[in-house]
Order: sequence, then C-alpha cells, then structure tokens
Amino acid sequence: MINKIKVEFLSLSVNESFARTAVAGFFSELDPTIEEIAEIKTSVSEAVSNAIIHGYKNQPTGIVTVECSYDENRKLVISVADNGVGIENIEKAREPLFTTGSSEERAGMGFTVMESFTDHVEVTSKLGEGTRVLMIKRLDAGYEL
Amino acid sequence: MQTYLDFQMKDDVLIVNIVGDLDHHQATQAREEIDRTIEAFKSKNLILDFSKVEFMDSSGIGVVMGRYNKVKEKGGEILIIGCSKYVKLILEMAGIFTIIRYCESLNEALEKFQAMEEQREVSGNDK
Repeated sequence: MINKIKVEFLSLSVNESFARTAVAGFFSELDPTIEEIAEIKTSVSEAVSNAIIHGYKNQPTGIVTVECSYDENRKLVISVADNGVGIENIEKAREPLFTTGSSEERAGMGFTVMESFTDHVEVTSKLGEGTRVLMIKRLDAGYEL
Repeated sequence: MQTYLDFQMKDDVLIVNIVGDLDHHQATQAREEIDRTIEAFKSKNLILDFSKVEFMDSSGIGVVMGRYNKVKEKGGEILIIGCSKYVKLILEMAGIFTIIRYCESLNEALEKFQAMEEQREVSGNDK
C-alpha cells in the first residue's frame, strides 16, 4: 500500500455527495480516466446510500466509515462500513432488483452497479453489528510520457 | 452540486429537465417535485431530460420507474432524452429501455407524442 485515507461521517444523505467526491479526489493523484472516475463515484455512492438507507434505516445518528487505499500497481481498495442492522441474507441482497426499501422507490440495483463498475465486491455483515462492503478496482496502466 | 428541476409545458406534455446530481439524497426531492407538478398541470405525458445530469446512481432508476407507473395510471406516456453514456448504462442495467422509449432530441420526443395523439384521434373517430 502506498497511500491510504479514512473518512468518517454521519449517516445523513447529504453526505453521499461528499463521500463520492472525497474518494474521487483521493484517487485523482493516479490520473484515472473520466470513465474510471465515474465508475468509482457511482460505486461509492451506491455503497454509502445502502449504509444510510438500509444499515441505519435513514436514522441520521450512525457513523459511516469510508477507507480507501491504492498501491504501486494502481489497485484501488474501497471499504464502506456501517454499524447498522446488518444484512440477513447477503446473497439475496446482491440479486438484481431485490430491495427491502419499497416505500422509497428503490430499484434494488445498488450491488449490480457496484459489481459492474468495479472488479471485485465483497460483503461481510453481521445482524445487529453492521455491514462492510469492500470493492477492488484496478485502474488501466497510465501513459508513460 | 446544486440540483434542481426545470419544468416546461408544451401542449399536454410536461418536460422535466433534471439539473445536477441525481442520487438518493436528491431523488426524494425530485420525485416529490415532479409528482406535484404533474398534478398541478394535469399533464398526461412526460419527457424526462437527462442532458444536464452531472451524476446519477441507481436512485435515478427508482425515480424513472415511479414516474412511469404514475403516468401510465393516467393513460399517459413517458419518453427519455439527453442521456450521457453513463446515465444510459445505469438505466439499461435495470431494463428501463424495454418499457420506456429513448429519443435523441426534444423535437423527436415531441413529434412522437404528437403522432401518438393523432393516432388516438383517428382510432377514436373510427368508433
């Protein structure tokens, strides 16, 4: 690992845009392409929204922790963690179109988006303790000038 | 990023221009504002213009699906215009374009609505 950040913030939906902007800013050092930045921002936004909506049931008193790192091989690791209710059935939660947030017109596509925009998504969760989403993405090799 | 909606009414078509970010935080507001405007103008048909959307995650899918159901209930139609590659990709993941038509421009969308209206009148006269 050659660089790392850790950001903590309250589970307020207004912080979703802060989280994705902060993460994109951290990785901008590696000169990712516009596409890669869009993919990173969208994936972070999905994970943070999930933590707020599902983990903390929209209660604004939880803490969401986002940790990011990258190494010399341009491998990015993004972890989004909450201490919320946890996921009962992770496999089910990852299925496209599955959602428990029916009253909010949720599409149930969060994990599908994360999976298509990163190389690897790992979910660990314990009921009553919280959830952690770990995403790994390798950036294209940069141009040597 | 300041997010807001710009509304325009052309005949019985409500055009919604979404400006800024469409994430979970903004989606709640956008949803309510669009629904309120549909009610206020009694608009049957809806055009969702994404050309000024800077960022969108899967929350946008919910906004589109919800408006689709609402407009369909009243016998109207909904068309989508102005998607960037990314917005399109996210909407495609949920299969939005299998139920909602995408148009390349506002004019094309308005013409489509006009054609639908004319067709409705013709079939209405037949009865």
